[in-house]
Amino acid sequence: MGDLINVFFKSAFIENMVLSYFIGMCSFLAVSKSVKTAVGLGGAVIFVLALTVPINWLISVPILGADGIFGTDLTFLRFILFIATIAASVQLVEMAVEKYSPSLYNALGIFLPLITVNCAILGAALFMVAREYDFAEATVYGIGSGIGWAIAIIAMAAIREKIRYSNVPAPLRGLGIAFILTGLMGIAFMSLMGINPANYLN
Amino acid sequence: MAETTVSPTIQEEKEEWFGKKERKLLIDPIDNDNPVTVQVLGVCSALAVTTMVEPALIMAVSVTLVTGFSNLIISLMRKGIPKQIRMIVQLVVIAFLVTVVEQVLKAYNYEVWNKLSVFIGLIITNCIVMGRLEAYAMANKPWRSFLDGIGNGAGYGLILIIIAVIREITGKGALMGWKIIGPSPDYLINTQTSALFGWYQPNGLMVLPASALFLVGILIWIQRSRNRKLVDVS
Repeated sequence: MGDLINVFFKSAFIENMVLSYFIGMCSFLAVSKSVKTAVGLGGAVIFVLALTVPINWLISVPILGADGIFGTDLTFLRFILFIATIAASVQLVEMAVEKYSPSLYNALGIFLPLITVNCAILGAALFMVAREYDFAEATVYGIGSGIGWAIAIIAMAAIREKIRYSNVPAPLRGLGIAFILTGLMGIAFMSLMGINPANYLN
Repeated sequence: MAETTVSPTIQEEKEEWFGKKERKLLIDPIDNDNPVTVQVLGVCSALAVTTMVEPALIMAVSVTLVTGFSNLIISLMRKGIPKQIRMIVQLVVIAFLVTVVEQVLKAYNYEVWNKLSVFIGLIITNCIVMGRLEAYAMANKPWRSFLDGIGNGAGYGLILIIIAVIREITGKGALMGWKIIGPSPDYLINTQTSALFGWYQPNGLMVLPASALFLVGILIWIQRSRNRKLVDVS
């Protein structure tokens, strides 16, 4: 249990997707202009990550792995299969949400289909493979990194809403200051690095 | 991109192997239309490989090859791709090319492959590749699309390499793994004995991920002060 909490904390705060690996920066910069849309996209990313990381684990270990059902190492196929899984599950989620919860569908709007090409989703799946997580850890990792991404984009949107009233030098306005703010946030998040929840649980 | 509206006769007239227009396709993305600092495409992930020059260089080459060839392939197929499923087709083409790049790298330079680990795979969702496919290759002829892809990949690689050079020199006192400046006789400039560079200290901040973001911010600042047209008015 301590292990799982550790994975969660690490993925959500210490090794935050955006702030320490720059993953998902495109939508992070493009959609962080208002808090409302940032919350919508953050929620959608948490949902899709919690769904696709375990599915991709099932593909990569029992199917493509060296000890999997084919008995040979097929890991070179993982890029194509991962991206296909992600595209398909995003499509399915979109259809399900549209049918059963039109209000949520309207709230998420165009963000759902865009998530397919959000690096954070594929990035989480590839990190999960590189770090050799087991199934439970992979699930927790998916949820944790989704929450980390959502926190980062919501905080960024809040800062950008305020910074509109500040006197930023003209050439730095918009994109430039957004990069520098992200860097500062990254340094702030690094201060969480010393915390290891496993120490407090055992 | 206005080319889509040009009538076929005029287009044929302009068709050259390597004329002014083709050169513009290659040169423009390097500065005035840089994918990272102007179009805001492809910032994802790859900045994480800029702590040292060698992985950054390999990443830049990989991205350039993938953008170039995916633009070429999609442009060749553009008339046969139904509008609704074009995303999936594009993703499959990109994923195929990235797999090829990854396997070649794994075979010939295992060390760097290990260092880049997930970031090679992330070229698939790198917005620059899809962005150029949507914006250019879906509406233009193969050769020009190929040049556009190479140009954008190079513009992107340039930013990556500038940042990697700054971070490796100031953070580690090295370049491409050669030791340039540091406090021991192994280095080219030994700060313990050199009178001129005695003040030098490696800057630990430059090794942290945050410094890459600061550097991109500063690069954008420099570029936009030189070129006022790019300033964000909103």
